[in-house]
Formats: sequence, C-alpha cells, structure tokens
Amino acid sequence: MRAKVYVTLKPGVLDPAGKAIERALHALGFEEAHDVRLGKYIELHVDGDATEAAGRLDDMCRKLLANGVIEDYRFEVGE
Amino acid sequence: MRWGVVTFPGSLDDADALHALEALGEPAVALWHKDRSLQGVDCVVLPGGFSYGDYLRAGALARFSPVMESVVGFAAAGGLVLGICNGFQVLCESGLLPGALIRNRSLSFICTTVHCRVEETDTPFTGAYGHAEVLALPIKHGEGCYVADPATLQALEDDRQVLLRYVDAAGRATEAANPNGSLRNIAGITNATRNVFGLMPHPEHACEALCGGVDGAGFFRSVRATLTDGLPTRTASVPPGL
Repeated sequence: MRAKVYVTLKPGVLDPAGKAIERALHALGFEEAHDVRLGKYIELHVDGDATEAAGRLDDMCRKLLANGVIEDYRFEVGE
Repeated sequence: MRWGVVTFPGSLDDADALHALEALGEPAVALWHKDRSLQGVDCVVLPGGFSYGDYLRAGALARFSPVMESVVGFAAAGGLVLGICNGFQVLCESGLLPGALIRNRSLSFICTTVHCRVEETDTPFTGAYGHAEVLALPIKHGEGCYVADPATLQALEDDRQVLLRYVDAAGRATEAANPNGSLRNIAGITNATRNVFGLMPHPEHACEALCGGVDGAGFFRSVRATLTDGLPTRTASVPPGL
C-alpha cells in the first residue's frame, strides 16, 4: 500500500521557520497569509492490506516518524 | 572510575570529549555505536555533533543504535549518563529526559560563549560548583531551543531538575540572555533520579585555558567526586524569579 504521512507541530509549539515563511509571504505582497506552520510530508510503501498497514503506520509514527512531545501526525493509506 | 565516549556516525565532538577527559587526567575509552558493550565504564558521555545527519529530527535516529539500547539499560540501573548538545537531543528523543529541542528562535546556527547559572549542586554532575555559580561556556547549535508542555516544565521546576539556565554576566535569567528561545532559559536538565544530565553548552570545550576557559571542567570533576566520595549534599536552590 502507498501511504502518506503528515507530521505537523502541535499548536502552541514555537515555529520560527513558519514565522520566517510568513514574513517572506508578506514581503511578496501575500498579506492574506497567516498562521504559517511548517511540517513534514513522508511517502512510503507498506506491505499488507489497508487495515494492517494502518495499524503498522500508527506504530511507526509513534515510535519514530513523529515526536509526540512537539508533533502531531496523520496518515492516508491508498493504492 | 572510567569514562566512555560514544561515537555515532556524524558525531563531531567525541574526540574533543576524550581529549578534555585526558587533559583532566580522567581515564576514558571510545564506545562505538554498533557495539552493545559499554566496556564496564562508570559514566557514558554522548557527545555533540550531527548523529545520523540530524535526519528526520536531531537525535531521532541515534536512539535506535545498538549502543543506545545498552545506554538506556545502563541509565535505568542508575548509571551516570552525560549528554552534550546532540547528546542532549539524543537523550530527549530516547525518553531518558523529558521535553524536546527544536530550531533556535532566530533560525540561525549560534556559535558563541554564553553565561549559564548552576541551579542545583546536589547532583552527580554539578557538585563541584558553588551555589548559583555563573559559568562561561561555549554553545554551537542550530536546534537548542528547549520546549516541554507546561505540566512537564512545572514538574521539572518543582523537582529541581533544571540544573543549568542561560543568564547574563550578572547571573540574571533575562530574555536577552536567552540565546535560542529555550523555555524558562533552560540550558540543561536532569532526570527524576538525577543520574542522567543533558545540556546544550559544551563543557568539554571549556576545560583548558588555551581553549578560552576552564568553567566546564567542574561537570567532569563532579562526576569523579561523586563516584569517589558519594553524592554531594544539598545547598539552597536558586530563588525562583531570578
């Protein structure tokens, strides 16, 4: 199964990179952009059926792909 | 007693840590990330650098190396573990210390000398220092901003686990003296059982006058004194709000 994992900073965790991007967007005239948060996007292939893969992905996220102290995660399992 | 300094792929300060220990007259051996044996050492040093290229997150991949399995067991059994800079990040990612280290507030890599205040002296790592002693220590990191949720921070303060804070030359923990945005100016913490210590400043680069100062030597001397003479007794904490 193809899987897509999205790792994002928890609300409230300082994101200086997101702030810097927001300032750059404003400097380019995109004044309407706010609350920029920079995260990670991970693609991978997982063996097994969708249910099995989802369980394993959750494990992967908790053990490695995301740091639960500062990050949230979600994932999509497709063909 | 004997020290062990771990080398991960991407470690930079392992040789410097071994050199500093040698300069202090301390016997030390190199430990390899693929080895499970800690060679019977009494204190493990996780050095600075960019273990595994800082891929994914700083310190995230080093925790799965064979040597870290042994270090986690060693710490659980009460063994002394000192994590410097990237070593601090590895300790947080391993769950041996609470919280996490994220990108500096400025987004810049910082390489400078800062002042730090020793908050507690009744630990194996800080017993050689005086009450609220202010040290000049080098820092060099891009991801040194210490964060934890409010409950964890409060628990760290209540249990006196914050051992080192960024301060100005007069010893005040001001916003201006905070180089990287760390919550509550935290530069170093210990675990609840006080046998694991992580700090962002580099004491191993401050052990010889030739390198600009010797304020870092006390951390190593403290460990030596603890293992020789026992744990130092408590002196008063730094008053809150300073």
